[in-house]
Amino acid sequence: MTAVTDHATRQETAASTSSVPPAIELRGISKAFGPVQANKNISITVQRGTIHGIVGENGAGKSTLMSILYGFYKADAGEVFINGKRTDIPDSLAAIRAGIGMVFQHFKLVENFTVLENVILGAEDSALLGPSRRRARGVLKQLASDFELEVDPDALIEELSVGHQQRVEILKALYREADILILDEPTGVLTPSEADHLFRILRGLKEQGKTIILITHKLREIMDVTDAVSVMRRGEMVATRETAKTSPTELAELMVGRKVLLRVEKTKAQSGDEVLRVEDLRLVDAQGVERLRKIGFSLRAGEILGIAGVAGNGQSELLEVLAGLREAEGRVWLRGNPLPLSGPECNGQARRAMRIAHVPEDRHRRGLVLPFHAWENTALGYHNDPRYNPSPWRMDGAAMVADTAAKMERFDVRPPNPQLPAEGFSGGNQQKIVLAREIEYGPDLLLVGQPTRGVDIGAIEFIHQRLIELRDAGAAILLVSVELDEILSLSDRILVMFDGRIMGERMADATDAKELGLLMAGMTET
Amino acid sequence: MDLATLAQVLDSTLRLATPLLFACLAGLISERAGVFDIGLEGKILAAAFLAAAIAFVSGNVWLGVLAGIAVSVCMSLIHGVASITFRGNQLISGVAINFLAAGLTVVIAQNWFQQGGRTPSLTGDARMPTIDLPFAEALADVPVIGPVYGIFSGHAPLVYLAFLCVPATWFLLFRTRFGLRLRAVGENPAAVDTAGVSVIGLRFGAVAICGVLCGLAGAYLSTGLSAGFVKDMSAGRGYIALAAMIFAKWRPWHAMGAVLLFGLLEAVANRFQSIELFGLALPVQVMQALPYILTVVILAGFVGRAIPPRAGGSPYVKEH
Repeated sequence: MTAVTDHATRQETAASTSSVPPAIELRGISKAFGPVQANKNISITVQRGTIHGIVGENGAGKSTLMSILYGFYKADAGEVFINGKRTDIPDSLAAIRAGIGMVFQHFKLVENFTVLENVILGAEDSALLGPSRRRARGVLKQLASDFELEVDPDALIEELSVGHQQRVEILKALYREADILILDEPTGVLTPSEADHLFRILRGLKEQGKTIILITHKLREIMDVTDAVSVMRRGEMVATRETAKTSPTELAELMVGRKVLLRVEKTKAQSGDEVLRVEDLRLVDAQGVERLRKIGFSLRAGEILGIAGVAGNGQSELLEVLAGLREAEGRVWLRGNPLPLSGPECNGQARRAMRIAHVPEDRHRRGLVLPFHAWENTALGYHNDPRYNPSPWRMDGAAMVADTAAKMERFDVRPPNPQLPAEGFSGGNQQKIVLAREIEYGPDLLLVGQPTRGVDIGAIEFIHQRLIELRDAGAAILLVSVELDEILSLSDRILVMFDGRIMGERMADATDAKELGLLMAGMTET
Repeated sequence: MDLATLAQVLDSTLRLATPLLFACLAGLISERAGVFDIGLEGKILAAAFLAAAIAFVSGNVWLGVLAGIAVSVCMSLIHGVASITFRGNQLISGVAINFLAAGLTVVIAQNWFQQGGRTPSLTGDARMPTIDLPFAEALADVPVIGPVYGIFSGHAPLVYLAFLCVPATWFLLFRTRFGLRLRAVGENPAAVDTAGVSVIGLRFGAVAICGVLCGLAGAYLSTGLSAGFVKDMSAGRGYIALAAMIFAKWRPWHAMGAVLLFGLLEAVANRFQSIELFGLALPVQVMQALPYILTVVILAGFVGRAIPPRAGGSPYVKEH
């Protein structure tokens, strides 16, 4: 009830002043976590009824700033003005009362509750749930028709797709009558069509007078949907621009603080002998679903073969089978020698001995042991290396630390501290640790999945250059990525996967995103 | 087995299931809120002792029950401060409470009553009275209906309260605002926090309710089921209650079924000194071990997969 009255007063104050005050104004916000200054004297103004983008590399302080606005963290200094009125936001309840809703990057949903229960949680009308449920059902129906936010109110969250779960988060905010909606990296987990749907929803909300703050590191999204954009770098607000008057190149430079190549520079591939040959590869998962439907291709030395496709069409399984993490049927040859696809010889160790390196798609689950030190992580999988084992009963920790320090320097890992646990690095630096481990052993074949997922622009550029260097050194690279731009700019040849099949093959310089997009959607070649 | 014997066994099943039911619902509420509580046992024991001691000294069983609840809630709050406020390990904190109760009850009992770590026997008003349901007397001689009705009649008030707690717990968890938030905080506390509700407040609320229910379990044990406190009288009931809770997969009605099964096994063991099964005489020890054997079987996962609340056992830390 209070939320409703607050809402009414806000609108009155807004109407009484002649010029509309900005929806949000932050003045001099500072926040430190121990010795790390996450936000330094930040001021930003967000106009009412606009979509305002905030870009910056990982660790630039975007999420911290928004968490302060949502009352999740408390600022050390600074003031918050909502609709021109100075507002204290000590906790999330205060933020909700001030009309702010937030969709976190990692959803804050109760997985085994229904959509309805998640929506009313914390915003129940009375001590008994019955009336809230009935009211929420009606409100959800209304919101669904107003904003293309259809979700079955009785479905369990864990049964919903990621895109639908995100809709529930938006519905939660709207049910609390939020005027200002903050979205933190909303498209990181979405397929292209889900992302398009999200942007339609956001534009619809904007038309209704809502103010939206969009945090992202994808410059294309910023250019597509925002009205204004602010750039953060190392805890500071470096610039605010009207989107129409800026360009991705300028924004990238502002983010990184130096000139950045958005396009990878590479020469034409000098492909050599065939390294990998795959025939009739078939994989049926535990549920009896055919994940790989007899696919075949070949890969030469000095070549990057990109596998494009919407997530979940068999690319992950393909990587896992080739990396020895999963058993499958079919025939695969590495430099003419058959590669075991099942049995005791099919494992990661054996593959590494055959000079096949693997950069897994999910670095947190498969690439790193997060609580372990960086030096332990750089040895993972290569811990039997004689350099680390001077005698059969002792590992040489000092040698491993020294080796890691050298790799960190070559891969520009920051901070270059081998003793830091892996979870203490940003996403980009974690990925560099994994890449350093796999690339430095000089593989003949590198399997790499989502090399730049959750990685900031500066590090993306670096990682791409390293992959090209490895190619030029004569290695064969199989690249799986859901980022079409990445596939197009890195690959020499592109295969498109759909529903466990290869839909088509294209040379990278003779195709475009539109053509690949059709193949990714399962349109057969005419 | 004749009908009278059966009625007798079922009658004692209800009484034996009562402390288990209180404890099981206590654990259920605490765990639904994400706080594992292995200290049920200790709280039952402490409440049993203090209830008996105060009932003996004051001569009023209800003062004893209140004292039992009070000590149990205090211990719950210790568990809460350790595991919610200071984010300590919930298992360690619970085990500490069990040790504390096992040691302190005997030491204090010896100091107060000088009877080798027990309280004097309770008599008269220091013992829990029983309630005869209406018409129990009149119906007693009616065949079938009489004995069946008799099973439900003549129990202590706490027995009826325990069974009323089952629908009450269900209603609280699934039909009220508090219950929705409590279940949410056990599954994903971040969802509750970002919805503007205090995680710590909710968990302390759950832990306090757990304390009250454990207090009732202990008080019934020493003033209703028996007449006085003896060393280690909880006899693993806290753990059996945990087993029943897992068996019931954290659902109140199922919990009632589970504790009735344990109660029945105990009642059968008490009633029959030895049982002939297929011409083989089972010694009484086998019968007495049955509830514990069932506990092991349940905890070993022979009842299918039991999924505990997802945030169970872990303190809530804001992270990003």
